[in-house]
Amino acid sequence: MKPTLKRSNAPIFWALFGAGGMLSALIGPMLVFITGLAVPLGLLLPADTMSYAHVLAFARNWAGKAFILAVIALFLWHAAHRIFHSLHDVGVHAGTGAKLVCYGLALVGTVIAAWALLAVGF
Amino acid sequence: MSKRRPYVRSMDGWWRRNPYFVEYMIHEGTALFVAAYAGILLAGLVRLAEGEAAWNAWLAALKNPWYVGFHLFALAALAYHSFTWFKIMPRTMPPVIVEGQRLPAWVITGGGLAAAVVASLILLGVVWGMVR
Repeated sequence: MKPTLKRSNAPIFWALFGAGGMLSALIGPMLVFITGLAVPLGLLLPADTMSYAHVLAFARNWAGKAFILAVIALFLWHAAHRIFHSLHDVGVHAGTGAKLVCYGLALVGTVIAAWALLAVGF
Repeated sequence: MSKRRPYVRSMDGWWRRNPYFVEYMIHEGTALFVAAYAGILLAGLVRLAEGEAAWNAWLAALKNPWYVGFHLFALAALAYHSFTWFKIMPRTMPPVIVEGQRLPAWVITGGGLAAAVVASLILLGVVWGMVR
């Protein structure tokens, strides 16, 4: 009897890695500039760009929710996959445990983001 | 239990001996900044869900010089990620055949980088338009 071939779960993680890599390559630098430099330092954008009212309205909009979840979750899955596969290069012989930690943290982050997006209301 | 102690060549610092691998480790290392930045955004999102005071505290914390310094490094790391992502894209995507010819690597890289510039300007424009 030929054993049934076990399906690999690699394409799922690779797709999430690729999607996060593409999203962060397209808008990552600009996002960091806006949220981490322009707004805190008062450069270029209006001072109230990230005021509670503005961000709450954005997070309550369905398109805003989708954007926030895509950025946080896909960035996390991208980084988790890349860090997991780089462990070997820095001399850590990564096995199932390391895989659980890397992808597990990305999953926990995704669940927290989804919960927070529901908690802010609609 | 074996008394053999086979010689295992040390791999310490293997990548530092070859500039190609130094570059590889740097572009893989950008993932640490991507993860940390996503973590900061996630913390902000949780603060947002907790209410106005919590959100304002998070927003004020971003003005801390340590956060500003981190974001400067993160900006450099993500820009480098962006550059290398499209630089290796000709090798990570399936070959594109146009009129019987394989699309040259520089077209794919250049197209990707142009798309990143356009997407970034659109993002800045949309943010500007929403809050103005």
